This record gives sequence, structure tokens and C-alpha cells, in this order.
Amino acid sequence: MASITLKDLVKAYGDTEVLHHVEGEISDGEFIVVVGPSGCGKSTLLRMVAGLETVTSGTIRIGDKVVNQLEPADRDIAMVFQNYALYPHMSVRENMAYGLKIRKISKDEIARRVEEAADILELRPYLDRKPRQLSGGQRQRVAMGRAIVRNPQVFLFDEPLSNLDAKLRVQMRLEIRKLQQRLGVTSIYVTHDQVEAMTLGDRLMVLNGGYVEQFGTPIELYDRPATTFVAGFIGSPAMNFLPATVSAGMATLGNGAQLANAGAANGAVTLGVRPEHLLQDDAGPVRVTVELVEQLGANSLLHGKLEGTDIEMVVSQPGHMSAAAGTVMGFAPAAGALHLFHAETGKRIEP
Amino acid sequence: MVENRPVLNVITHLVLILGIVIVALPIWITFVASTHDAVRMTQAPIPMLPGGHFWENFTQTLLGSGLSGTETAPVWRMLLNSLAMALMIALGKIAISLISAFAIVYFKFPFRMMFFWLIFVTLMLPVEVRILPTFEVVADLGMLNSYWGLSIPLIASATATFMFRQVFLTIPDEMLESARIDGAGPLRFFWDILIPLSRTNIAALFVILFIYGWNQYLWPLLITTDTDMTTIVMSIKQMLEAAEQSPQWNIIMMTALLAMLPPVFVVVAMQKLFVQGLTETDK
Amino acid sequence: MLKRVHFPRSVLPYLLVAPQILITLVFFIWPASQAVYQSFLIEDAFGLSTEFVWFENFELLVDDELYLQSFGRTIFFSAAVALLSMSAALVLAGFADRVVRGATTYRTLMIWPYAVAPVLAGALWVFMFNPTLGIFPFLLDMVGIDWNHYLNGTHAMMLVIFAAAWKQIAYNFLFYLAAMQSIPRSLIEAAAIDGAGPVRRFIDHIFPLISPTTFFLLVINAVYAFFDTFGIIHAVTQGGPANSTTILVYKVFNDGFVGLDLGGSAAQSVILMVLVIAMTVVQFRYIERKVEY
Repeated sequence: MASITLKDLVKAYGDTEVLHHVEGEISDGEFIVVVGPSGCGKSTLLRMVAGLETVTSGTIRIGDKVVNQLEPADRDIAMVFQNYALYPHMSVRENMAYGLKIRKISKDEIARRVEEAADILELRPYLDRKPRQLSGGQRQRVAMGRAIVRNPQVFLFDEPLSNLDAKLRVQMRLEIRKLQQRLGVTSIYVTHDQVEAMTLGDRLMVLNGGYVEQFGTPIELYDRPATTFVAGFIGSPAMNFLPATVSAGMATLGNGAQLANAGAANGAVTLGVRPEHLLQDDAGPVRVTVELVEQLGANSLLHGKLEGTDIEMVVSQPGHMSAAAGTVMGFAPAAGALHLFHAETGKRIEP
Repeated sequence: MVENRPVLNVITHLVLILGIVIVALPIWITFVASTHDAVRMTQAPIPMLPGGHFWENFTQTLLGSGLSGTETAPVWRMLLNSLAMALMIALGKIAISLISAFAIVYFKFPFRMMFFWLIFVTLMLPVEVRILPTFEVVADLGMLNSYWGLSIPLIASATATFMFRQVFLTIPDEMLESARIDGAGPLRFFWDILIPLSRTNIAALFVILFIYGWNQYLWPLLITTDTDMTTIVMSIKQMLEAAEQSPQWNIIMMTALLAMLPPVFVVVAMQKLFVQGLTETDK
Repeated sequence: MLKRVHFPRSVLPYLLVAPQILITLVFFIWPASQAVYQSFLIEDAFGLSTEFVWFENFELLVDDELYLQSFGRTIFFSAAVALLSMSAALVLAGFADRVVRGATTYRTLMIWPYAVAPVLAGALWVFMFNPTLGIFPFLLDMVGIDWNHYLNGTHAMMLVIFAAAWKQIAYNFLFYLAAMQSIPRSLIEAAAIDGAGPVRRFIDHIFPLISPTTFFLLVINAVYAFFDTFGIIHAVTQGGPANSTTILVYKVFNDGFVGLDLGGSAAQSVILMVLVIAMTVVQFRYIERKVEY
């Protein structure tokens, strides 16, 4: 087990910098999810920790050892790949044992560890099968098993669930989390799926364009997003953003509607409010022209435009609801649910 | 077939059978000639149906000195020479192409592209266009009349290298990354992962290269003068020359039969690999 | 063409490419450059002195009636072999493509001549056409043709063409059949529903769709006829009678090894090299197109 420290980490290909001065402290046993859209640099960051990409500048520390120059095999890490990277010509047992065999661990010890891992992952009946004879979920488990037997200081996961169907993904997500809690191994998990990120991570690192937008617990990110990017990325459906002008605690929207409790800001801002924080109120200041209602059973999603503007809006209401296209409905934001962001930089303005 | 047309179906099979007859006729005649005695084979028209002297010809050809009245090595010796040459060429080509493709795909090193193009150039320089100077090089190296001389100069192979390069490129990058995390060094990765993963490609290529090696003609003709080094394919030509004085067509055709048997067997027995090899190397 | 991740830098890759590169340099590059160098030299009749003459050897070749004839003959030979072998293979593959059951059996019986060495193919055909014994001269005699490829240059040329084309049918058949079988069945069925009969479908749909294969085979067959038929010529006619079957490859061998005209043979080698390079370039151009297709 070990902590991981990323200090002033930069990755550049030629003149193009793809990761900009990433900082992060990961404590022993913590489960960190690195999340962001594709191309944000999250996989590169993970691969740098793994030793599969060189570090341009800055340091990566695992435990108290700087590992920048170490071979992947010498970093005491294990990695689960998106496509699992199982060796197709080896049986499940051989796949799990391969790394141990290279480390010249005794046969008995290898057998013990492989069987232990197989028990944890319920893979025992499949030990002598080849990967192609397994289902997607089983392959995923073998990939995990291969990581577990190594008994490493750090687990690295590179979008390990993205090749599974939706139902299996939810199930495996839980299993990974339980397993990690049970083994207590420090883990870094990369995904583009914000639900996966929220449910798995002790803390989330949101990356965008090679910058860390925010690094915090799921609830911090949800309640106090540091930027419009984080605000839009975390939470589903995504937060509504409305351009507004604030003076003396009053925010004026593009269509002239006014909202109170807009905090200490002044001038042009972006006002953010989550779909689930808009409450139906016929006298409410946020008036939406309905275009379509999606009935999800437990709740209903109302898609429309802020009245008199072209700004797209989504409102989530508990239970069933119906509204004809073209009707205008009024909503009021819940208390304390307004987020204010700087209109140009997108940075959060604390109320 | 899209529609059912009985007449057309009959024609289809007739044409195909006719095609097979044309393709097989030379072999049939060879086989028939190898089953008659020498006297019968001097009378026109030659027979079209097999006779009863197959085993006699077979033993005389294989174990005797082949044609009587000529100074040649026994046929079993020639078969052995051919086998040695074919195996050395096939295995040699596969071995050096595997390792150079491995270097080119999995390492980044100065002059990598230069090496790549050097290998490519061999494609444009078949033996036929550089006969004399290559002969001189082999002579200067003292490799005339040796298995090394027969095989080594032929084992550089752009096609095999490109094929393995192609195969390696289709192996997911994660395979290498995973192996590196598992602690496998380059040679270990090559041996434990790459070779097993390219097994069928290697087998397919072997089939093609074995035939290629076995059927070499011009090259052995140039560099072997010692009768002990004669290959079976070469010997046919010598026998044809001898036939102008004393025709022993039964023996010549039996030798021809023996000469084509191993590669034909390989093609028929490993048809699937053969087809795969042929279409892959010419891609 | 590169992997995302590589092994760390070491001398290993150099050791790995060394055997291939060494063989290439010693047995390919060096002899080829020697050929180029020698093509600029003329040796006197006794082999005592050599003189650097620039392009004189090439000029001699261009003026050499025999060489020019051989050039023309090679082109005719190649075209005839390609045409004969490819059209036979095309027809057979067209019919084999119609066969539902037994297609593999037909394929097996059709492809094995590929494994027969050219010189052996030559031997078989020279036996079948042996003027005194062969079965074909016997049959031809009945229709009044006096076959003798030892004396008649046209007969000799026909014989080497037959032998060369026969051996190549297997290869062409295989590629044509594979190409036809890769055409989606639904396309052919659609044509049938549109009312096109089997022959029409072949002409209107199948043949155009396999045209990349035809082009590919054309190059392969040309290369084959140019370079791989040495054994056939050597076994069947030895270039004769009266040079009527001396194709370029045979002439290089003959002038160099038998005639010992080093400069002239080297100059011919250089011209052949240029031809192979041209054909290789065409072939690789084609591959780029095939990728798109």
C-alpha cells in the first residue's frame, strides 16, 4: 500500500503540451477517479503513473520513491486495461500467473495466489479456459484477477468497464468498489462516465484540456463545482446555464426575468441551476416554454427554452407530469441552489 | 447458386472436370510413364494407362543410381539435399524475418527506417537479375557446394518481414503494455507472447516457403558442381539431357514424380494454411 | 506503423535486424552494385584488362539485334502466358463459384500444380510433346501437323508458353475464386431478381467487381513470366532453336555463364533490375488502391 504524489506534472509531445502542471496527493488506500471528456489527458496521466509514458517534467512519487525513471514492472503497480489485454493463447490460470512467473515466485505460491484471487472473483470454474471462451464480464474479472495476484501497491484502471453492456457495467462497478474496499489498495481509475466516477471515487479529479479543473469528493464537486466545466460535467442531466447580470443581489436574465439571492457578484455572470433544483411555481421567475416531456417513471424531464430566448433548458420534476408543447411553465430555484460563475473565465463566484 | 438450372449445373461440372483433366494430364502421363519398363517407353505412342513396373522403377530410382550410365548422386541423396535446402531456406527466412519485424515494430532506434528500406530493396533484386556478381560473392566466401551456399543467400525476405510486421501491428498495443507491467523483457515478450500469437501465420508462411525452397532451380544450378550436392529438381534437367542419348523415360518420370511429391503433398495436406500463406504474403 | 509504446533503448534491435541486413548487404546490395559497376566495364578478349566505358555496353545492347529480339520475345511470351493462364483460370473460377457442394474438392484438385517446380513443369511438357514419343505429336500427326519443337521455333515458343501457363493456372484460379467468393451474395441475387441470367451477371457484375484482382494478377503473372520461367526454358528448349525462345532472363544467364561476356551480361542485369523496380512500384501502387477498395 502506498500514497501517490503528483507534483507539477507535465506531458508534452514535441511542442504540444497535453498535461499542464498537474498536482495531486493521493493517500494510502484511497480510490481516486480521474474523469473528463475524451482527449482531456486522463489516460495519458494514468499511463504516466504506470510508466508506459515518459514524464516530460515534474515528479511522480509512489510511497516515498520517485518512480519517474522506473520501468513499469519495477513500480509495483498493476493495471486493468480497457480491452483487458488478456493473452489470448494462455488459459485464465496462465494469464494470472504470468507476471508472478516472471518474478520467479515459487510454483506453490503462484498456485496459492491464483486460486485465492479466483475465489474472490468467482473464477475457479474457468481457470483452465482460454479468454475467448469467456463472456465479457468474465474476461473483465480475469483482468482484475491478474492485477490482484500481483498484490501491488497501486491499482490502475483504464476505463475497464467501457466494453461491457449497461447492466453488467453497473454490476461490475459495485464489485470493483467492494473489492477495492476489501483489499484497501490505493487505486486510480480513469473514466469518461461521470456516473461511474461519482459512484466509485473517494475523490474525483476532473480533467479538461490537460488542466485539473477540480479535485475533491463527489459531493464537493456536486455542491460547489469550481468551474462551469465541472458544473456541467458532474450531475445528470447537466446543469442549466443562464447568462445574467447581477447588481445588488438581484440577477437579471436575458428575457428580463429577475432572481433574488444572487450573492455578492456584480456585473455579467453565468448563472447555473441544476434541473432537479428548479421547483414548479406558477409565479416563479424562471419561465420555460415546453418543447417535450420525457417520462422516466420516477421523475419527468421537461425540455424547453427559457421563455423568449434560445437558451435550452432542462427541468427535472419528481413523479409524473405532462405538458403540451408550447405551454409556458414557471419555476423557482430551490434555496441556495443557485451557482454563480464568472461570465468569461467560468470560475465559481462564492456567494 | 442463385437459381436452379439443371442444364447449367451439368455444364458447370463438365467444365470443371475438363479443367481438372487438363491440369492433371501432365501428372497422369508422368505417373503412367513411371509404371512401365524402359523398352515400352521407347515405343510410340506411349501408353495412357498404368503398367506393372511401378515398384521396380521406384526402388531402382530411389536406391539405385537413377539413370544407368551417368555419373549422378543416388536419388535419395538428392531428395535429402532438397529437403535440407528447403528447410534451411524456409526456417531461415522465417527466423530472420520474425526478428527483424520485431525490431522494426517494437523498438524505436536510429536508422530504423533505413533498415526498413534496405529490406524492402531485396524485393526488387531477384536472383535472376544479379546472377553473376552474387555467384562471385558466394565463390569468394567459399560457400560453393555447401548447404550454406544453397540457403543463406536466399533467406533475406522482404515479403516475410512485411507480413510479420503486418501481423505484429494487428496485435493490440495493450499486449505489450500488459507484458511490460508483468515484467517481461523484450526477448521474453517475443518468445512468450508474439511467437504464440503468430503461430498460424508462421505455419502458413512455412508452407509457401518450403515450396519456394524446394523448387529452387537457377541458384543451385549455379553454385553446385559437386554431384553430391545436386538437388532433385536440378537432376531432372541433367536427366533430360542424358535422355537425348539413351532415353529411360520410366526412370526420368519416376524421378520427376518423386521431385514433385513433397511440395504437392504439402499443398494438398495443408491447403488451408497454403491458401492463407499465399494471400497474405502477396498482400 | 509504430507501436504507441516501445521497449527501452538498447543494442538489441540492432542485433535483431543484423542477420537480415547483413545478408541483404552481402548478397543483394553488393552484387547489385557490382552489376551496375560491371555494366560500365568492357573486358578484352583474354580477360587481361578492363576498361571503363560508361554506357557503351548499353549502347551495344540497344544496337544488338539479338537483344532487341529477345526483348520483344519476352514481352510476347509474358503477354501470352498471362492471357492464357488468366483466362483459363477466370473461366474455371467462374464455374467453380457456382458450385455449392464440392467447391473445396475442385479447388484442391485445381491448385496443386502451384507446387510443381518450373523446371519440372518443363520436363513434363517436353515429354508430352516429345516428337517421337509424346502423346500430343502423335495426335497432331493425325491431323497433319508435324510437331517438332527442336527444329521449329514457333512450336518451341508454344510449348514453353503452355508449360508456363499451365503451372500458373493454379495461382490465378485461387485468387479469382477468392475474389468471386468475397462478392456479397445479395448483390448477385439482386441482379438475378433484376432478370440477369448467369452469363449476364458474370459479364455485368462479377467481372467488373473483380477487376482489382485482374490487375493484381496481371502484374504478378508478368513478374512470373519474366523471372520465374528460367527453369522451363532451360529444361524445354535452352533458348533454342536459333534463339527463338531466349527470353531476357535466359539471355543474362547464357551470356554471363556460357558466353562469359561480363559487361554485356551486367548491362542486361541492370536493365532487368529497372524492370523489376518498375513492376514492384506498380504493384505497390495497386496495394494502396486495394486498401481504398
